[in-house]
Amino acid sequence: MYKTKKIATLASIALLSSTFSGAAISANMGGSVNVAIIGEADTLDPMISSKDVVGTVTQHIYETLFTFDGSWAPAPLLADGMPDVSGDGLTYTIKIRQGVNFHDGSSMDSADVVDSLNRWLSIASRGKSVASKVDSVSALDSHTVQIQLNEVYSPLLSLMSMNNAAAVIYPQENIQGDDLAAPIGTGPYKVNDYKADQYLQLVRYDGYSSSSSPIDGASGPRARYLDEINFIPVGDVSTRLEGLLSGQFDFAESIAAESYDRLDSNSNAEPVLLAPYGWPMWVINHKKGIMTDLHVRKALQAALPAEDMLYAAFGDEKFYKADGALYPEGFVWNSDAGLENYGSGDTKKANGFLKASSYDGSPLRILTSKQYMWHFKTAEVAKVFLEQAGFNVQMDVVDWATLGQRRNNPDLWDVFLSHSPYIPEPSLNGTMQSTYRAGWTNGEKEYLMSQFTSVTDTAERAEIWSKIQENYFNDVGFIKLGSFNSLRGKSVALKGVPETPWPFFWNAHK
Amino acid sequence: MFIVLTLVFIIVRLAPGDPATLILGPDATPEQAIQLRENMGFNRPIMIQYVDFISSVAQGDLGSSIFFNQPVLSVLAERAEPSILLTLFSLGIAISIALPFGIASAYYRGTLLDQSSLTTAMLVASIPSFWTGLILQQYLGTELGWFPVSGYGEPGASFGQRAYHLLLPSLVLGIVNSALILRFTRASMLDVLTEDYVRTARSKGLSEVNVVLRQAFKNTLIPLATVIGLTFALLISGAVVTERVFNLPGIGSLVVGSVLRRDYPMIQGTLILVSGVYVLVNFLIDMIYLWIDPRVKY
Repeated sequence: MYKTKKIATLASIALLSSTFSGAAISANMGGSVNVAIIGEADTLDPMISSKDVVGTVTQHIYETLFTFDGSWAPAPLLADGMPDVSGDGLTYTIKIRQGVNFHDGSSMDSADVVDSLNRWLSIASRGKSVASKVDSVSALDSHTVQIQLNEVYSPLLSLMSMNNAAAVIYPQENIQGDDLAAPIGTGPYKVNDYKADQYLQLVRYDGYSSSSSPIDGASGPRARYLDEINFIPVGDVSTRLEGLLSGQFDFAESIAAESYDRLDSNSNAEPVLLAPYGWPMWVINHKKGIMTDLHVRKALQAALPAEDMLYAAFGDEKFYKADGALYPEGFVWNSDAGLENYGSGDTKKANGFLKASSYDGSPLRILTSKQYMWHFKTAEVAKVFLEQAGFNVQMDVVDWATLGQRRNNPDLWDVFLSHSPYIPEPSLNGTMQSTYRAGWTNGEKEYLMSQFTSVTDTAERAEIWSKIQENYFNDVGFIKLGSFNSLRGKSVALKGVPETPWPFFWNAHK
Repeated sequence: MFIVLTLVFIIVRLAPGDPATLILGPDATPEQAIQLRENMGFNRPIMIQYVDFISSVAQGDLGSSIFFNQPVLSVLAERAEPSILLTLFSLGIAISIALPFGIASAYYRGTLLDQSSLTTAMLVASIPSFWTGLILQQYLGTELGWFPVSGYGEPGASFGQRAYHLLLPSLVLGIVNSALILRFTRASMLDVLTEDYVRTARSKGLSEVNVVLRQAFKNTLIPLATVIGLTFALLISGAVVTERVFNLPGIGSLVVGSVLRRDYPMIQGTLILVSGVYVLVNFLIDMIYLWIDPRVKY
């Protein structure tokens, strides 16, 4: 039966292709895609979670006032154009698009936007990070809202464009304090069926009101060619691969690097390499323990052999790049300031720093998890170099949930391993915040960060960011090991899926 | 059961990690996690949580899952179908392989058939089920396209389609579990085939088929019922690895997912269910003994 269905599907795709080989958009209407994601989205409320998987899934259901265009600059989505910002940079007047309806049929107006933004400011981690700078969010008329700041904050629109811990707009009556009554948004797809741990089925929202600006990144019209998008949590990486190769999935996230050749040689599926995707990091405890001594941090920085660690983690240069800059080439924030301190694996130099420090041989507690095996592999390589440098290394290998809890207690770790995608706006990176669990702070950095968030000119901001990077290297705020690429796979028949950290399937078709 | 409940409560609380930090994601602050934990009631004194737990269970209420946001019992009910079907299919396959080969192996003791059956059983029992699963997934699923490799059917799948998705994992579990049943069958048959009543049956001129299947095999049913019953209990309480490899939404994957998510009520509920299943299956096995052998008295 399964094979029959597969043949029928292939036949219908072939028929569509042959019949509509021209440019007619209707040729590609219909069909469904099965998307294998790495795990369940814990919640369908993207305000309360900053997880990538939550953002990836829910961006089809809900929309924000702004989104990112192809060059990662904020662009209007539910907003009717970019905001009118007052001369002092403190007042943002935002017109919202007319004729936008929620999935329950009600129309979106300023009251929905004001209540949603207020909820975002009070419960979302990204909203809370800016809440102290916001005096008020108010409605000027039925389709105009105003955000009043008490200090200039240039990343505001970027913050409001993120799809996790997101400033999405809900119907006013759907907001019940910290809870949501139902998953209702304005997005191009709406929830049809949900079985936890099995699938989330989204279907085309016929009442969708699309933006009229040209397609650029996530901004612009969102065509709904597909009838259904099924997000299927598949925890096992081999199962995601086999499901893709057998035709059961049309798109699979996070495929193992060693499967690249098998995927590449398959006639039904193809690899999708997103380069660069993100960066592995060693987060350093600045609050307590041996790492509060700058010389010990310098020793750690000098001892780590970035290239060897990345090779151990990813096994092939196709999947990583030894690059110490906080942002890689292609981003306006790319800089070579301080790079001479990056990842040399110089154990003699590290030993010199250790001797000049207050280090008394206490264990360097590296908190990591095998749930991200590549984290663990980088730590295994580093351990050898760190011990050569004179560190007494203690590997605390726990499951990810335990790591998530322990890292909140600065008494329990000196370094923990994590990773992040490249976030378009540098100041939104949690590790840069002094309030982050690692507690990295120094006078110069805080001054530069406040400058960075209060200046609006991009060139000027890039210059400040370069100084922040230099400070990051000199003070060893944390350690960025390099860049890594993400391997995904998709069926050859599936078109129109962009290469982005958070793949979306509007505009996609078969 | 009271001891089981207490142990379950303690074990779950001893595990490090908490659901709040997992729900909130990587950028959440410790303060947010504390707030959410408080909202979920995990900041209350442990004794109060314990008394609440015991009194709720006594009233048949296993609580609500943090992750699924619905009663634990209804989540368990949803997950029961794939686990029950997987168990029945697997057991059916295991018995279909084990009984004929076990009986033949004993009857033709020491022959090539016996040796090859035993060696194969040893081999199958030694191979991890995830490896068997991956191999069958790749060849029977991906290469030949005979079976779906993952999941329990697409949204709105019919019962037939859902059952079809269980065939490949059932084959894996059936093969793996056949080894133990085959060895038990062989050993029991060897004991019985040397009994006086078997010799008597043969001397009366009964056919070999009648002697082996009706006279001898009938007397191996008590040990076989024990091993099949325990295999049933093991399978129904969660074929953890196989369910993960084939992405099946059964009790096994529920246990693993709940532990990783630190969904305390769900872990507690599942462990109580598993304990209950073991007690029930043991009781049923004892009842089956009475039916198989009327001489057994309790």
